Amino acid sequence: MNAPAIPPSPYSSALGKSNIERHTLSVLVDNEPGVLARVVGLFSGRGYNIESLTVAEVAHGEHLSRITIVTSGPPEAIEQVGHQLERLVPVHHVIDLTLAKKSIERELAMVKVRGKGDDRVEALQVADAFRARVIDATTESFVFELTGNAEKIDQFVELMRPIGLVEVSRTGVAAISRGPEPI
Amino acid sequence: MSKQMTGAEMVVQALKDQGVDTIFGYPGGAVLPIYDALFQQTQVQHVLVRHEQGAAHAAEGFARSTGKVGCLLVTSGPGATNAITGLADALMDSIPLVCITGQVPTHLIGSDAFQECDTVGITRHCTKHNYLVRSVEDLPRILHEAFWVASHGRPGPVVIDIPKDVQFSMGTYVGPKNVQHKTYQPQVKGDLEKIREAVKMMAGAKKPVFYTGGGVINSGPAASELLRKLVKLTGFPITSTLMGLGSYPASGENWLGMLGMHGTYEANHTMHDCDLMICVGARFDDRITGRLDAFAPHSKKIHIDIDPSSINKNVKVDLAIIGDCAHVLEDMVRIWRQDAPQIDKAALKDWWKQIDVWRAKKSLAYRPSKTTIKPQYAIQRLYELTKNRNTYITTEVGQHQMWAAQFYHFEEPNRWMTSGGLGTMGYGLPAAVGVQMAHPEALVIDIAGEASILMNMQEMSTALQYRLPVKIFILNNEYMGMVRQWQQLLHGGRYSNSYSEALPDFVKLAEAYGGHGIRCSDPDKLDAAIMEMIESPKAVIFDCLVEKEENCFPMIPSGKAHNEMLLAELGDDAGIEIGSVIDERGKLLV
Repeated sequence: MNAPAIPPSPYSSALGKSNIERHTLSVLVDNEPGVLARVVGLFSGRGYNIESLTVAEVAHGEHLSRITIVTSGPPEAIEQVGHQLERLVPVHHVIDLTLAKKSIERELAMVKVRGKGDDRVEALQVADAFRARVIDATTESFVFELTGNAEKIDQFVELMRPIGLVEVSRTGVAAISRGPEPI
Repeated sequence: MSKQMTGAEMVVQALKDQGVDTIFGYPGGAVLPIYDALFQQTQVQHVLVRHEQGAAHAAEGFARSTGKVGCLLVTSGPGATNAITGLADALMDSIPLVCITGQVPTHLIGSDAFQECDTVGITRHCTKHNYLVRSVEDLPRILHEAFWVASHGRPGPVVIDIPKDVQFSMGTYVGPKNVQHKTYQPQVKGDLEKIREAVKMMAGAKKPVFYTGGGVINSGPAASELLRKLVKLTGFPITSTLMGLGSYPASGENWLGMLGMHGTYEANHTMHDCDLMICVGARFDDRITGRLDAFAPHSKKIHIDIDPSSINKNVKVDLAIIGDCAHVLEDMVRIWRQDAPQIDKAALKDWWKQIDVWRAKKSLAYRPSKTTIKPQYAIQRLYELTKNRNTYITTEVGQHQMWAAQFYHFEEPNRWMTSGGLGTMGYGLPAAVGVQMAHPEALVIDIAGEASILMNMQEMSTALQYRLPVKIFILNNEYMGMVRQWQQLLHGGRYSNSYSEALPDFVKLAEAYGGHGIRCSDPDKLDAAIMEMIESPKAVIFDCLVEKEENCFPMIPSGKAHNEMLLAELGDDAGIEIGSVIDERGKLLV
């Protein structure tokens, strides 16, 4: 069944291997049934990655939702994603906050840690350093609430792991531009 | 058994390892490597269809008549989109299919490349599951998983989308033994406590009925055997959906005929008046229930189904047993025999007496004719002349399909292939091709309408190429009969676009394809003509010219309950008056 050596694919990659970057896109959409499926389907159908996704209605009167997507890929691919998103009928506006350079990103995480004795003390000390709040406690566990950028949360989780990390729930990134102007 | 090979060779090897001997398909740019691998072996026979929809229906026909997984192979873009109707059909009727689609090379995905479409995106809603293979190392696992998913639990179609570069890449092949799906492990054994409870309810019933469906057929021949045993043990009446015909023999004395919109009077009234309904592998489809708030209003309901999402979906039931029909029925028969419960024989006798009153209505009766062939008569003669042969029946969709269900009687499962859920015109001929591939010696008949058959007429070429002697028996009334009937019932007899104009000469068409054509319009010559069809060694198109405006009765008008059936006496000449039987709310329904 061994086939002869296969010549290289005639379709050599036109894009080559460019740098993989991580970008945050903010997308304002009509909050109508199926809009999230359209946005997500565009990513899966065209082979783009989604690292994080948050969505919620932000203007109830106008039924506008804001979708924040963290995606990674070559810059030209990310630019293409933006244009493809803009082509969707219910999409009002797409902005690449990473390119705009002036944006703030925050994520909320709830982190469950189990432990007794010294482990509890250590967990509270780490939490204090990260300005995490205790939102649930039993004699052998804590649930911490923490906001910050993704890296801060990653770091917190890594510090809690040896102490007795049980599980993590994260909201994904929400982002907004700095200054007085809207997107 | 791990071995280095290309992705394309893995596909063929996996087909062999899964026991596939026949695959239906159509080549194209994005599947050329797989076609090359097929070319270099003889174990898997490829059947070249003339349209990818035909490949999907042929694979369905193959699957339904054998109980195996049906396979098809199509190219990217239009190949995949053409197959979609067949995939949707298989999803609705729970038919196990594995559909392999080619895809543009990985780095071109998303670039609107030639013959690119988002196959996994498009087929997400019409498959049980689908995969886009991103690396050749994932391919063997995905191939074997796909067969597992297609055939376990409630069966359904699975798509594997393989980019062309993955087909060329070298990787390590792994056999099916080392692959088991991590999470998809459907429950097949029913909960014994619940089965005991069901036996207790059945023993206490005064007016019970078995309502069975395609799940019994899908569960395999053992399920039909067990169902027959259980019916014999209990003495209960039994009816079945369109999909379940043949699991209980039509000659069996407890048989009520099919139920539902065009079911028999006795089946529907038995359902309406029963005090215990035992639903085995059916899903309370709207064709079956009629008006939901008047559906079997005084009954307790037991529902046996392998798909937990079918439970309480349309109709709330009193006892749900999740499991495979054969497993549950086996336990039920065993427990019934062990417990030997005291049933209320007097009540059951009264129940049968009542059923005999309904039977006496003879709801399938029609006005016979000496001058024109009545469509019902044509099916009756077809049945009489083929019942003692090894016969498989497929159909298209419409009036002829319902008449076939009413007048062709099935004694065994897997003999009846029809598009139930999706109602796909054009299903029957390719399905017959698939059935005949699986059963070369059998008599395979597609009971068709003159409108439906034209939807996949091109598959006649496939039949000729592979010397498949399929018989296409067209009930030609020069109308899309069911559309015309509904226009008569609902739209004042305005037959908008339902007349089959500019029909081809079917006899000449058969000859043009290289088959044999027969036409008959005389009831006296019908038997001889049917015999000519049966005895022809070739594929045959039989153009049976029938009564043009015959309506299909009995009928539960949409929005009505089981006990509000229309019978033929009332319907025949009433014409537009029948329109008043369906109220405004019913008109909204399909």
